[in-house]
Amino acid sequence: MAEVQLKNYNLNVGPQHPATHGVLRLITELDGEIVVRIDPHIGLLHRGTEKLIEHKTYLQAVPYFDRLDYVSPINQEHAFALAVEKLLDCEVPDRGKMIRILYSEMGRISSHLMNLTTHAMDVGAMTPILWGFEEREKLMVFRERASGARMHACYIRPGGVHQDLPPELLTDIWEWTETFPEVLEDIGTMLIGNRIFKQRCVDIGVITGDEAIDWGFTGPCLRGSDIAWDLRKSQPYDGYEKMDFDVPVGKHGDCYARFIVRFEEIKQSIRMIRQCLNEMPAGPVSSMDRKIVPPPRAEMKQSMEALIQHFKLYTEGYKVPEGEVYVAIEAPKGEFGVYLVSDGSNKPYRCKIRAPGFAHLQAMDFLTKGHMLADIPAILGSIDIVFGEVDR
Amino acid sequence: MAEFIDIYLLPGLWILGKVLLIVVPLLLAVAYAIYFDRKIWAAIQLRRGPNVVGPWGLLQSFADGLKLLLKETIVPSGANKGVFIIAPVLMFVVAFVAWAVIPFDDGLVLSNLNVGVLYLFAISSLGVYGIIMSGWASNSRYAFLGAMRSAAQMVSYEVSIGFVIVTVLLCVGSLNLSDVVMAQEGLWFFIPLFPVFIIFFISALAETNRAPFDLPEAEAELVAGYQVEYSSLTFALFWLGEYTAVLLMCAMTTTLFFGGWLSPFDNFLFNWIPGMEAFNAFMPGLVWFLLKTFFFFFVFSWIKASVPRYRYDQLMRLGWKVFLPLSLVAVIVTAGVLVAFDMLPNAS
Repeated sequence: MAEVQLKNYNLNVGPQHPATHGVLRLITELDGEIVVRIDPHIGLLHRGTEKLIEHKTYLQAVPYFDRLDYVSPINQEHAFALAVEKLLDCEVPDRGKMIRILYSEMGRISSHLMNLTTHAMDVGAMTPILWGFEEREKLMVFRERASGARMHACYIRPGGVHQDLPPELLTDIWEWTETFPEVLEDIGTMLIGNRIFKQRCVDIGVITGDEAIDWGFTGPCLRGSDIAWDLRKSQPYDGYEKMDFDVPVGKHGDCYARFIVRFEEIKQSIRMIRQCLNEMPAGPVSSMDRKIVPPPRAEMKQSMEALIQHFKLYTEGYKVPEGEVYVAIEAPKGEFGVYLVSDGSNKPYRCKIRAPGFAHLQAMDFLTKGHMLADIPAILGSIDIVFGEVDR
Repeated sequence: MAEFIDIYLLPGLWILGKVLLIVVPLLLAVAYAIYFDRKIWAAIQLRRGPNVVGPWGLLQSFADGLKLLLKETIVPSGANKGVFIIAPVLMFVVAFVAWAVIPFDDGLVLSNLNVGVLYLFAISSLGVYGIIMSGWASNSRYAFLGAMRSAAQMVSYEVSIGFVIVTVLLCVGSLNLSDVVMAQEGLWFFIPLFPVFIIFFISALAETNRAPFDLPEAEAELVAGYQVEYSSLTFALFWLGEYTAVLLMCAMTTTLFFGGWLSPFDNFLFNWIPGMEAFNAFMPGLVWFLLKTFFFFFVFSWIKASVPRYRYDQLMRLGWKVFLPLSLVAVIVTAGVLVAFDMLPNAS
């Protein structure tokens, strides 16, 4: 019999494909249904954020961070604000810090809810996503009531937060923390114990702790591989050291472990939100340094100086002392870092953004090798990719 | 000429009339089954579902159908045009012809075939051709993979369905579906044959490509599987065919295990209630048949909204390593019990 050359089946998944969570394009080489090789093509959502920031004042750069991981915008602003504050050596009042933690944790819940439920959808469970979105919607309303915007809040700014919270908002958030755990449990009972869901997730996309570190994993993906690394614990910022919370870790490093870690993290976030609400101090929400934070509008009507400061801040911006700084926070998806270089002018000389999703995506080939076609969406869902931050 | 009219034309027209009497209500039922499905799904997901077209959205399916009807049928340039068009037609026709032997009520059946069960079994296996043809003719990689999966899946589960049907037949002693129903008077088969009923129901889900076995159209990885290239009327035919097949499976479950048109109140549990006998006599069997069928359709939708999807290899494992041995054992045990206790029907 003549020798026959067999060729693997190439399947182009995306960029318009429901499971790629945005604009990912996966060039997939299949042997039957077994994945031989996966080549992620990125860059379809590249907007040149880092370069754009070089041409904006420090305050104008904040909205760009909303648009990175658009599932939890406020967390990114937090990283940038911390970096600028470090260069400015500016202190944020306690209330401002507490509000930042409150909204960061709410952002974490909204990101995890999105991820858990879309992960479920990727393996075929259609219902949890709608239950989860009902709750995300409430979180968006809370964000809107604080900042005026549902998504791109631009709320955490260098020096503090943009404005104080309306007093009744805190009670409403508290009431939400009482009803939300029930919904979370409902989603959990639909998935965590479900045999089909387990069959689809257990032992899929396994990565050991050492490998995870080598691939640059952070956040829930790293904690799923039994490494208790959480920046909120290891190098706390903005008062996380005062918070009482646990770091859930998974043992096995598979999709299921990552799922459970995120699920448990939501519960920890609720704990922290409740602590914030209970211990919310009084006082100003942002720095009183009028060279950084604009004065309140009422003051501007009275004081000539305040008017001048306001004008200066919204035209020229503030000058940041020369230097460079790297600040990382524990974003919902992992370590989100901002590396800022200042040349002493009112605009950053360079702003490098370290997005966790980018590091996770590069392990795609490693994670999927030898698995089946249907595992690709499951793995992709479990490493939590958002293209806003991967492509930047 | 008069002879021709008497022997061929009039009976032919009579049969045609009966066919229309089944097909038209069936099409209507399918339209509302789709609406029903979407409403149930929406209710579980805390949505409202279709509610704009007509009162409570009752005309939604017709609006969708009309929209699909008016659209252009797009045939991909690399597709095999003939096969591409025939595939959905085949799916649609096959899903409908199976209804010929389903007894809706005592004597209310288009064709009271003596081998009705075999006919049903044969026709429901034919559906796979539509899928393979569409997957191949589309000349699309997603469609091809979807068709491959679907073919493997339907063939695998057909086997266990076959054995389940054999078990039922052993208890009936006839291949006639009306006889199957009559044999259940007093005791519906799902009680003595409960495990078999479960196997049948799950296999029916797989056979009709419904969740959790909807991998041929798994949108997460295959977008829509074999129907990815279809549009307009060809898509509508797939859609209708799919739901007709689902309804058929529900009707089969009703007929084989839940006493077809028999009243659920006609047994020792309820017969002592005064007036129950009159009530049972008054209610037409068709009502019970439809109620039961729609109950199973509800369960289909319910399952669809609550479970994730199996993976291809897991599905195959379930089919060949779990259901096949189990249904084989069921056949042997049932046969053994029937012989041992001398309960074989028509044991003359």
